[in-house]
Amino acid sequence: MIAPSARGGSSRRIWGLMYRHLALYRRSWPRVLELMYWPVLQMVVWGFVTAYLVGVQGHGLAGAPGGATPSGLGAPGGATIAAGVLLGGVLLWEVTLRSQMGFAISFLEEVWSRNLGHLFVSPLRPWELVAGLAAMSVLRTAIGVGAAMVLAFVLYGFGVWTMGPVLVAWMAALMAMGWAVALAVTALILRHGAGAEALAWGVMFGLAPFAAVFYPVAILPGWLQPVALAIPAAHVFEGMRAALIEGRIAWDHLAWAVALDGVWLAVAAWVFLWQFQQARVRGALLNIGE
Amino acid sequence: MHGMEPPALMVEGLSKTYAAGAPPAVDALSFTLPMGQTWGLLGGNGAGKSTTIAMLLGLLVPSAGRVVALGHDMARDRFAALARMNFSSPYIALPHRLTVEENLRVYAHLYGVPDATRRIAELVEEFALGDFAKRPAGQLSAGQKTRVALAKALVNRPALLLLDEPTASLDPDTGDWVRSTLERYSAASGAAILLASHNMAEVERLCSNVLMLKGGRMVDDGSPAALLAKYGRDDLEEVFLDIARGRSKAESAA
Repeated sequence: MIAPSARGGSSRRIWGLMYRHLALYRRSWPRVLELMYWPVLQMVVWGFVTAYLVGVQGHGLAGAPGGATPSGLGAPGGATIAAGVLLGGVLLWEVTLRSQMGFAISFLEEVWSRNLGHLFVSPLRPWELVAGLAAMSVLRTAIGVGAAMVLAFVLYGFGVWTMGPVLVAWMAALMAMGWAVALAVTALILRHGAGAEALAWGVMFGLAPFAAVFYPVAILPGWLQPVALAIPAAHVFEGMRAALIEGRIAWDHLAWAVALDGVWLAVAAWVFLWQFQQARVRGALLNIGE
Repeated sequence: MHGMEPPALMVEGLSKTYAAGAPPAVDALSFTLPMGQTWGLLGGNGAGKSTTIAMLLGLLVPSAGRVVALGHDMARDRFAALARMNFSSPYIALPHRLTVEENLRVYAHLYGVPDATRRIAELVEEFALGDFAKRPAGQLSAGQKTRVALAKALVNRPALLLLDEPTASLDPDTGDWVRSTLERYSAASGAAILLASHNMAEVERLCSNVLMLKGGRMVDDGSPAALLAKYGRDDLEEVFLDIARGRSKAESAA
């Protein structure tokens, strides 16, 4: 009668956490809409700005009638390259942003519903909590940014996939950076409670100027360039520009992005686990929603 | 059979001080809860009941002492114990936008319950949740929420169940239903239950032993009958007041 042997282990517990969040979306279309709303809005605004700047409004960025041809972004020179760099920057930065927000907001859902007490007295390990939140961030990002990518192709003829298979690696590097920042934000929520939740929404915007999303690191003042080069996303966007402008894969920037992601994730995980332990010492896990 | 297994809880010198220089919230608490028994944790507000329960669950790191739950040291191996424990408190909500069934399924997954669908169906029937199983938890009455919280607490058929005021703010009928359910579960499963309560009649009915806390220290313990005899009282509420106010029967009569 008592506690038959548990089944499923870590994967089952991670799925349990994901199921808790997916159940929310299953019944709430506004939540699903919200996932797509900002990425799509960003794409629409930047798409028209870009179209205006390159003077091809109504003719597609590649110059093809109807704008349905995504090719040509690799062609040397010209406004189409600038357009691709801008729209690619918008789309890939959204990956970082949505990844970070998807993670942090999923954690905040537990804070808002005052469910953390139940979670932390279950056998769910801290790393399983992190894995579940990361998995939710992948889903949220895929829905939000996926919609924006389709829209960029349909409206402006820009297919971010023209960068080739390396795009997957770039996106993974950006997602990992988003998780690292979200882990740090989650640690601050554990430390300061729901009062720190504004960081979940805004912290990534503060990094954007230094992440070289729309311009090369070389444009920044000399003293700021080392700061930028310590940000994984800066290497991703340098790599993106190399792919779109020069048609080559910048392996050195990819390696830097992956290595920096490793450092960022390790530091953020340490901060998270430290604050989790401190919250257990202070007794904050039961009343963190207050 | 129970003699061969470790006690449900072994607590040794458990203490918690939240800030340097502050008086301890819990001070050198020691007890051993055997399997199959229901014990009560009694004390006034600020006596240390919630702090004690939080430490027993691993939510709070003790300043000193140790907790061994179901044979597992909670400082080193708490997840092995937590898989066979569960907890319910009216002060910790379940996700209010999820339906009752969804909530139970989430926790069935988290606790690795085999054949979760069948277990949820059993709980829905046993706790009479059928009428509102597909309603969001946030739309339920206090009594319905308590039944759902108790169903969640039993989803993994815990060997050790910790309850913080399980019948707080319930009407007498629902409160009686909760107490009957706990009695049935304890008798059928052989599980150990530790409950913190302010309801003395509830403690007298359910508990074979009572730990009396005051200012973080255990000031007395024993069966309800033994405590009544020791303090010369007719009900546990008078015993509670004697201890809480530091008075004797003669002083209270004067």
